[in-house]
Amino acid sequence: MLTPVTDADGAPFWEYAARGELRVQACADCGEPRFPPRPCCPHCRSFASEWRPVPGRGRVWSYVVPHPPLLPGYAEQAPYNVVVVELAEHPRIRLVGNVVAHAGARLDSVDPGRLRIGARVRAVFSGGLPQWVLA
Amino acid sequence: MAAPGRAPGIKDAVAIVGIGQTAFARRLAEDERTLACRAVLAALDDAGIAPGEVDALASYTMEDTDEVELAKAVGFGDLTFFGKVGYGGGGSCATVAHLAAAIACGQATVGVAWRSRKRGSGPRPWTNTTAQLPTPAQWTRPFGLLRPADEVAMLARRYMHEYGVTRDHLFNVALACRNRANQNPAAVMYDRPLTREMYMTSRWISEPLCLYDNCLETDGALACVVVGRERARDCRQRPVYVHAAAQGLPAQHHGMVNYWTDDPLTGPAWTAARHLWRQSDLTPRDVDVAQIYDAFTPLIPLSLEGYGFCARGEGGAFTERGALETGGRLPVNTGGGGLGEAYVHGFNLITEGVKQLRGTSTAQVPGAATCLVTAGEDVPTSALLLRS
Ligand SMILES: [Zn+2]
Repeated sequence: MLTPVTDADGAPFWEYAARGELRVQACADCGEPRFPPRPCCPHCRSFASEWRPVPGRGRVWSYVVPHPPLLPGYAEQAPYNVVVVELAEHPRIRLVGNVVAHAGARLDSVDPGRLRIGARVRAVFSGGLPQWVLA
Repeated sequence: MAAPGRAPGIKDAVAIVGIGQTAFARRLAEDERTLACRAVLAALDDAGIAPGEVDALASYTMEDTDEVELAKAVGFGDLTFFGKVGYGGGGSCATVAHLAAAIACGQATVGVAWRSRKRGSGPRPWTNTTAQLPTPAQWTRPFGLLRPADEVAMLARRYMHEYGVTRDHLFNVALACRNRANQNPAAVMYDRPLTREMYMTSRWISEPLCLYDNCLETDGALACVVVGRERARDCRQRPVYVHAAAQGLPAQHHGMVNYWTDDPLTGPAWTAARHLWRQSDLTPRDVDVAQIYDAFTPLIPLSLEGYGFCARGEGGAFTERGALETGGRLPVNTGGGGLGEAYVHGFNLITEGVKQLRGTSTAQVPGAATCLVTAGEDVPTSALLLRS
């Protein structure tokens, strides 16, 4: 399975995730959240940023169900779902992830037939990655 | 035609005067560099221009044949302009746009753009377990969103949900491309018809996209030759003028997984289109035929909206009643496109546009005098408006 290859901008996201926290980068001057992380605020051009805790609640914005050919670790769990979740508090902050039956469950642990755009989900964490369960 | 005394620009200042291609197949014996040389020499021969006259080159990323190797092999003279455009399939039309800009402002006189790939028989990224992840992919790949098909399927699902676009609409796209490929003896899918039943019962690649929503994997190479309008009059072929050209990288765009803009369904096509039409004497109504980048079927309805052939959300409905077929409202991908002729990162769409305006397409639109050609939607993109 692929693990994130982080850069200086993105590393804090993964460090918080490893501790079971969902945080997004926000401008320390104007307060605008931004994702994916980057060095500078596109609204006010400030280089000052902070990592703001966000409640891990969202809705499914879209989803796909990949089938092989896929990398071996993924092929073994296919077909599985990949979702884009928009956060309830910040609908323009959208996170790619998987809806699973419980934290640490396989990628195919939820029947794709149970997914729909708009479904409410809640963040859980496993192995340093955020995952989502149906709320 | 630029009026006398007007500020110079690229409007009709250059023309494509030569095109060349190799065979297209799932597997070709020769390597990419050899294929590139063959396509470039064929294009120069088509134009009646000697390799020693070439002084400008343009290519795009994921091209393994570099300028030095090509120039050395085919015997170019001194080169004074060369560049490689980023973002994969979004760069196809930009190669011609860059040559047009260089020639229009006097940095060069004879330009060649090319694409050579062994995508059919070469390695594919998702089969390589040791591949390093580029860091922008840290937000997507670990979750199993691995391939371009998965990335586009995500937008497609949202698009279908918001606007009632259906799999039948996507089938209309696949069918139009396949029908044109069936007329084109050079196409990989020549003589291989597609039916609705084949489409609806085919295997999934990434739901909601099935096998026939995905382009071919092809070996092959193509090239074209660009010169100034004065020079073009002396060439062997009837000139095809670059009436307008544009690139498009929208605000807050993030590569192919364009999920973080305010409105991910108005992608790079919208940005490129605004610039393209602003520079043009034409409107979408004046376009006789279009070659629209089709790595995946949903890119065509999204592009039809972006380039202004219909209103937002109407791209699916636009495909109904044979609109994309020969004789329809807007015939598209008349050589078969990436879905039916060859997937060579969209370069065959440029050469097919030239064939239409020369009157030599295997699915000729009678009297075609204007053609829109687009590069990959969803990635930073580019487009050309060609006229005879
Ligand atoms: Zn700010």
